[in-house]
Amino acid sequence: MRDKYDIVIVGAGPAGSTTARFAAYAGASVLMLEKDRDIGIPVRCAEGASDAGLRAVLQNIDERWIENRISDVFFHSPGGKMVELQFKQIGYILNRKIFDYDLAQMAAKEGVEVLTKAYVNDLVRENDKIAGVKFAHMGKNFSVRAKLVVGADGVESRIGRWAGIKTQTKMRDMETCAQYTVHDVNLTGDHLHLFFSSKIAPQGYLWIFPKGGGRANIGLGISGDAAAKKAPVCYLNEFMAERFPHASVLNSVAGGVPCDHTLKTIVLDGLMLVGDAAHQVNPVSGGGIVPALVAGQIAGQVAGRAIHNGDVSAKSLQDYPKRWHKAEGRNHQIFYKLKNYINRLTDEELEGIAEAGLKVPLEKRSMITLFKAALVQKPALVLDAIKVFT
Amino acid sequence: MKQLFFDKIAYDRQVCDFCGTCVGVCPQDAIELTEADFTITERCTLCKNCVRVCPLRALEFIDER
Ligand SMILES: Cc1cc2nc3c(=O)[nH]c(=O)nc-3n(C[C@H](O)[C@H](O)[C@H](O)COP(=O)(O)OP(=O)(O)OC[C@H]3O[C@@H](n4cnc5c(N)ncnc54)[C@H](O)[C@@H]3O)c2cc1C
Ligand code: SF4
Ligand code: SF4
Repeated sequence: MRDKYDIVIVGAGPAGSTTARFAAYAGASVLMLEKDRDIGIPVRCAEGASDAGLRAVLQNIDERWIENRISDVFFHSPGGKMVELQFKQIGYILNRKIFDYDLAQMAAKEGVEVLTKAYVNDLVRENDKIAGVKFAHMGKNFSVRAKLVVGADGVESRIGRWAGIKTQTKMRDMETCAQYTVHDVNLTGDHLHLFFSSKIAPQGYLWIFPKGGGRANIGLGISGDAAAKKAPVCYLNEFMAERFPHASVLNSVAGGVPCDHTLKTIVLDGLMLVGDAAHQVNPVSGGGIVPALVAGQIAGQVAGRAIHNGDVSAKSLQDYPKRWHKAEGRNHQIFYKLKNYINRLTDEELEGIAEAGLKVPLEKRSMITLFKAALVQKPALVLDAIKVFT
Repeated sequence: MKQLFFDKIAYDRQVCDFCGTCVGVCPQDAIELTEADFTITERCTLCKNCVRVCPLRALEFIDER
């Protein structure tokens, strides 16, 4: 390790590794610091991602990353109705232990230096300018200088805060999650299952993502507001006791997803935020793997060019938020309103939507036709819908 | 074995998963969290966000009533 780099990246998730790889490819010297002892572990994720989404950034999809291929989803209503929807494109259940590890290795191959067990605890400032980070590693304190600091530190997003950006997630936007990876003989079929009900997962949903061979990620996320009344893990345990009382729990994790639109400020002089740290998650699904890759690619390219041009001012980095907004950010603003709309639906309304959805023939069913069914179900929401789509 | 912060917030290390959800909602940036260590620092204003958001209820607010 040197004491000076062009770029220091905090966090070695998909966002950090992708930013690092593209910045190094553009010629910058890059150090990536990760506080955990292992990259990719623990997996705080249901591991679902679409083929098209991954291919937007990764040319080759390695078979080792894929645990299962999915082509449809069953929505479960509070009363037990099941509405099937077939995907237009193939979906994967990934193995993120291998996936995240490989992303970091791809960065290393471009010349990025990676260090684990490195807990970043402050920014270095020189003449009031961001000039690097301080971190603790194996009981010793270090300080490393950099022209540009990238906060890819996930849901905690403290790098941005230290730089003066309000990155705190509002309680109602934080989806707080508990998940088990289980084995159960009754887990057959390679379908996604999503449960919507105030009793199962208020202001959120429960998922079953099959990993093949009788294994699945079963978890749920509910809003911070809902969690104040009852913890996510209690809801999950009740569901497991009812549906899979004999399941073997192979792994259990907790986690949070900032289901928000992208933060207004994601670049400052000498600073960029990427991935969950920038709230770049699809707020309806909570999916953040593909957004982290997409944002990481743009951020890495823009960072690389800024270093090459010798100008890391916020103005010079503006291309990143601009291109992100065009690629995904704009959609996330719409999805954010849609999420708030979905969270307001009562169980009766959800039931009505399921009923209406079932009347649409399977081959004609899509998110749009289901949404139209929802509007018919609750005409008062037409006004909200207009707000959502305008 | 629970740890007590400011006589108000009880933290249970056996339950905590070090997931960072509490850090993400703390308005004061008062929580220090590594993969094996959790501390609430002096900046805490006892707003209870962390207690309410924790997926596992590793945190508990002690009300004296
Ligand atoms: C239960 C759950 C299920 C999910 N399911 C899905 C899904 O099915 N599909 C999907 O697309 N998305 C899913 N997500 C969201 C997805 O996991 C995230 O959006 C994605 O991991 C974001 O990548 P990232 O690189 O921004 O952050 P992360 O992957 O969280 O990486 C951030 C890294 O920064 C490190 N770090 C933090 N602070 C510091 C510090 N101070 N110093 C050094 N390192 C630090 C962390 O240890 C971490 O490794 C899920 C999330 C949860 C919680
Ligand atoms: S939210 Fe709960 S489980 Fe997660 S780190 Fe905080 S105290 Fe631990
Ligand atoms: S009580 Fe509020 S201020 Fe104190 S640590 Fe928890 S979230 Fe932060």
